[in-house]
Amino acid sequence: MLKGMLEGRGRIWWAAAIILMFLLPFILPRFYLYLLSIILLTGLLATSLNLVLGYGGIFQFHHAVFYGAGAYGTALILTRTGLSPWISFIVGPLVSAALGLIIGWVCIRLSKLYFAMLQISLGSLVWIIVYRWYSFTGGDDGIHGIPLPDILSSSNNAYYFTLAVTLICLFAMHKIVRSPFGSALQGIRDNPVRCEMIGINVKRHQLLALMIAGFFAGVAGSLFVVVDNTVFPDMLFWTLSLEICIMCLLGGWFTFLGPMLGAAIIIALRTFVSTYTTYWALVLGILMALVIFFLPNGVLGYVEEKIKKGFIEPVIKE
Amino acid sequence: MDVIYAICPPKVLAQIFVGLSRTTILFIVSSGLSLILGVLRIPNVAHGSLYMIGAFMAFTISKVFGGGDAGFWAALVGAPLGVALVSLAAERGLFQYLYEREHLMLLLLTFAVSLIFGDLVKIVWGAEYKSVPVPHIFQGYVYLFGGLPFPLYNLFLLIIGPIVAVALWLIVNKTKIGKISRAAAVDREMVGAVGINVSWVFAMVFVIGCLLAGLGGALVAPTVSVTLGMDHTLIIEAFLIVIIGGLGNIWGALLGALIFGLTQSLGILVWSQFGIVFPYAAVIVVLLFRPTGLLKSTW
Repeated sequence: MLKGMLEGRGRIWWAAAIILMFLLPFILPRFYLYLLSIILLTGLLATSLNLVLGYGGIFQFHHAVFYGAGAYGTALILTRTGLSPWISFIVGPLVSAALGLIIGWVCIRLSKLYFAMLQISLGSLVWIIVYRWYSFTGGDDGIHGIPLPDILSSSNNAYYFTLAVTLICLFAMHKIVRSPFGSALQGIRDNPVRCEMIGINVKRHQLLALMIAGFFAGVAGSLFVVVDNTVFPDMLFWTLSLEICIMCLLGGWFTFLGPMLGAAIIIALRTFVSTYTTYWALVLGILMALVIFFLPNGVLGYVEEKIKKGFIEPVIKE
Repeated sequence: MDVIYAICPPKVLAQIFVGLSRTTILFIVSSGLSLILGVLRIPNVAHGSLYMIGAFMAFTISKVFGGGDAGFWAALVGAPLGVALVSLAAERGLFQYLYEREHLMLLLLTFAVSLIFGDLVKIVWGAEYKSVPVPHIFQGYVYLFGGLPFPLYNLFLLIIGPIVAVALWLIVNKTKIGKISRAAAVDREMVGAVGINVSWVFAMVFVIGCLLAGLGGALVAPTVSVTLGMDHTLIIEAFLIVIIGGLGNIWGALLGALIFGLTQSLGILVWSQFGIVFPYAAVIVVLLFRPTGLLKSTW
């Protein structure tokens, strides 16, 4: 399905959708633009997690750390140094990639649940340091009112910037997934022993994947600084990590665009539900349980399955 | 006494005892988690929520009995039993259908349940801080080693810890259900084939594990302010303890809790602002050298 989407007539649809996205600021009020920006960057974050979770089969349970690290990296450069703001947008993701490398290097020798646990422990360590280090990171208050370059300070431009960066990153990640490296990664997920046998360096591939995922999560974090002007330690808390996992699961974690869809559904629903009740966690919990029981492959996974069986006519013919 | 103080300054000694009381709570909660992980293979994120529910139930029961000594003892028995009932409902209603699924799904499902529990607690008890009074007989201090003040309640915790450890060991190793559950952990189908209802055995083990979470919550209630979100840090700590001790190993949970509790309390002496960093660093060091935990895992 994805292949069809990106070739022939699918391309036209995509181009139309992207142009529409660029035209939206002329129609939508400011609040919805903000919401859309948050959806885009959270979708980017979820897609970066899916790179290692869905395609790599690595139990990256504490992905929010890299999101937060990217955001804090950007915010700290913006507030504490006189460097060009644009450097901060590069430094943030690079900090995340470096952190991804370090945490990955420590954890990679373990497998499955042990990997997940060590990763959560290291991630919590980073969280505590950010949470407690008042003089440097602002502690539990976080940093507010981060100065941005003038060109990004209007909400329209912040949206355009988010949209453009997200599209570039999605394109790059799609290329990575389809590259020989991406195929090797999926091979490792399905049968690590066989991959080792045919001469693929399993650990090195996984480590590189963790680093790439960290980098893109850091990009999402930097975008959050652009959109929201704040950073706070909850961005690194483990509950957010599991929420990102749910986004991947809800959208479909064996599909490329699934996590983006999952992020859109969850954030839109959260905004909608929060206007009626403060019990959003209850709604999310029930939704998740339903998804786990009835849609284990997620929404997009379900659609793909139906198309394969021929119940639904494919909208875009391959 | 001077000999002891010469080896170990009073300040350090006091912190060690504070750490040991914390260890007791951590051990009780994480041994339940370890039992569930070892037998049912569920990474139960909702365990922390059950601990929180235990603390809130202890508050209510203690209040119903007038907040005195009777209330405390009633809470100590009633809260774990209440939590056991809640967990039985969750196990029969949800978890039992997913045992065959992979860990990721189970973990996310238990996280979903913990979100639901968290909001249910908010609905039932509200978002305010609650406090449970320390019973009269445990108010005041004992003076250890001739002059070191130590709260009586913490001494009570230090006695409870080993009792729970031994009781749990007896249940797992000496009773029929313990033996069956250990067998089922190794080979579920075989146990089913000899005519044992494995599903109910698993339910029992799950309930016993969650009962311990409730007990931990009831025991911790008089020493902290009972509040929403008390589950979030505890569940991570409990998971780490179980991992460094060896999955499913009760004594491993004890060892892990000791390491965690002591590094935390002593770490505060070394560097008060980042004292809480030390247990996490200890976990990392342990896992770097013993990737599957200190003691033998049942996996």
